[in-house]
Amino acid sequence: MSEKSAGYLDMELLRFTTAGSVDDGKSTLIGRLLYDSKAIFEDQMEAIEISSKKRGDEEVDLALLTDGLRAEREQGITIDVAYRYFATPKRKFIIADTPGHIQYTRNMVTGASTANAALILVDARNGVIEQTLRHSYIANLLQIPHIIVCINKMDLVDFSQETYERIKADYQKMVVDKLNIKDVCFIPISAKLGDNVVDASTKMDWYSGTPLLDLLENIKIVDDRNHGDSRLPVQYVIRPQSDEFHDYRGYAGRVASGVFHPGDKVRILPSGIETTIEAIDSFTGEQEVAFTPQSVTLRLSDNIDISRGDMIVDANNVPNVSQEFEAMLCWMNERAMMPRGKYTIKHTTNETRCMIRDVKFKVNVDTLDEVADDKVVALNDIACVSFKAAKPLFFDSYKKNRLTGSFILIDEGTNETVAAGMIL
Amino acid sequence: MKEYNINHLRELEAESIFVIREVAAQFENPVMLFSGGKDSIIMFHLARKAFAPAKVPFPMMHIDTGHNFAETIEFRDMLMEKTGTRIIVRYVQDSIDQGKVAEETGFNASRNKLQTITLLDGIEDLKVDCAMGGGRRDEEKARAKERFFSHRDEFGQWDPKNQRPELWNLFNGKKHMGEHFRVFPISNWTEMDVWQYIYLENIEIPNLYFSHEREVFQRDGTLLAKSDCIPMRPGEKTEKRIVRFRTIGDATCTGAVESEAHSLEEIIEEVAATRTTERGTRADDRRSEAAMEDRKKEGYF
Repeated sequence: MSEKSAGYLDMELLRFTTAGSVDDGKSTLIGRLLYDSKAIFEDQMEAIEISSKKRGDEEVDLALLTDGLRAEREQGITIDVAYRYFATPKRKFIIADTPGHIQYTRNMVTGASTANAALILVDARNGVIEQTLRHSYIANLLQIPHIIVCINKMDLVDFSQETYERIKADYQKMVVDKLNIKDVCFIPISAKLGDNVVDASTKMDWYSGTPLLDLLENIKIVDDRNHGDSRLPVQYVIRPQSDEFHDYRGYAGRVASGVFHPGDKVRILPSGIETTIEAIDSFTGEQEVAFTPQSVTLRLSDNIDISRGDMIVDANNVPNVSQEFEAMLCWMNERAMMPRGKYTIKHTTNETRCMIRDVKFKVNVDTLDEVADDKVVALNDIACVSFKAAKPLFFDSYKKNRLTGSFILIDEGTNETVAAGMIL
Repeated sequence: MKEYNINHLRELEAESIFVIREVAAQFENPVMLFSGGKDSIIMFHLARKAFAPAKVPFPMMHIDTGHNFAETIEFRDMLMEKTGTRIIVRYVQDSIDQGKVAEETGFNASRNKLQTITLLDGIEDLKVDCAMGGGRRDEEKARAKERFFSHRDEFGQWDPKNQRPELWNLFNGKKHMGEHFRVFPISNWTEMDVWQYIYLENIEIPNLYFSHEREVFQRDGTLLAKSDCIPMRPGEKTEKRIVRFRTIGDATCTGAVESEAHSLEEIIEEVAATRTTERGTRADDRRSEAAMEDRKKEGYF
């Protein structure tokens, strides 16, 4: 195999999300990244050239590449999260392209939940607006480790350094300081013309940083993962029931965080029983180590009753075990939250019922102020809520652990996913 | 921390295995759709990995249009027998014989659309509550909006504007009686990832994917294989060319590409250099700009 294709086997995966308001040029930016990194194929290009012409556009509208649904193309807007893929020799990228409309904030939360990085788009003509605040707040709430503010449409402000610096300072003051965001960087771009997207701009010599793609290729992501707190939510119990594997019992799951080795002392929750890991099995044999985000099967030294929803954790570092907890909640359904209502809660592989106890405060996402006296939690609201579950959950704070600190609420009547929660 | 890093293929693999295990845990009567194409072959491979050393705890299901390449069916039967896996086959011909669907006529007649009825009937008859498919989001723009766990109403329909939000790795498979789910474990894989993974894991695939000599003819810019199920128009002539297939679907709408790629390494290099999408060889997607969205809403794969 040539060096080029063999090198592909060593690539990392980076997931990022994009956020901006309606006309900030998000879809155009993604179209540009795909086009300039040669991830757009001739037949796709041909198809959007025809569509652009049909609509009477003078130039090819790269946004048509991502707007997949008929209604989106007709209305020229993005309705739902779209996933896009491209690769460079260094990394494979998954883009969650999320709509900027206020009514679709739930989609941004969805796209942000698995992202390693967030691109926040700001229209250079408009500067930091309410939507910018909202998007940044959500990116931070979902603990996306890296935030990249793309100041777009620089071509429409004559590639002015002054405008760029002013927006940067505004963002610093209005967003970064207020939200205490740690990793943020700024890039002046023109998605439409391609400046500083894949190739460095020739019109903004005053900008000393790298183009966007370069940045995406080099962000360090390994360190963002929690390798300290060993947690394996049991997903499925493997019992072959065959002559060859008569007594086999394997506990299958995806390592949520931390590292496991054969011989490690572990504790089983909720029983609290301690045992050791006998082996870590995979399809091709035993492996020496298991770490997040691997899907593995653990065998234990003792025969213990363990089922789906239980958690295997480091015996010396256990999560919180409690029926009561507080969380930041993003409401995602047209039907508002029922005060003291009961919902199904899905947390790791565990599932039980829970009751809303109280709304501590709501967050005004346009000003980022906390509102204490408003108890109505409706679509796209973000609130701090206290809960009581029907049985103990095993959790860490979301800040510490995105997988053992997150949950969804399900309406028991409609079966819809109505809220996303991040445990405090 | 370098030692705790995995490459993108292993990360995609771990994600897919997680999704497949969720299906086994959340549903009572799931099936995995299997066509004999490369995507369903890797999905099956991932399922075997997910439950080893136990057998895959659900059957495969093939919706057979009857317009197959013989090599695909031989391969399917060989793989199922070798791994001791149960496969349920439902035939579009049966739906036609029962008068449930009318066969398209004309030169471009295809059974592609009819499969939906056969699939939905199979799901209903066998009380299937979840059908896993090998659809990938990079294949087509309507698929790019699809969830891993995709809810279908009692008519098997997809409502793209009203999908459940899907966050972290929390998959909501709850449904009412009569509804079902489509689950797409390899949603995040690209064509390149699939080929690299086949290479990495040394997975067996049908010979159709490799370069071979075949009688083909040109129609609307597509090279179609000479077959009893495609009537030739006046003036169309077959000729022998060196070709391979990038996708294997219904023989009436799957185009071949001219290629000298005899090995996986050569295929990977060809995919890296190619400038058209793999579905560009699929006549079924070319019927209109929203062809895939319309079929998916009705309950297509």
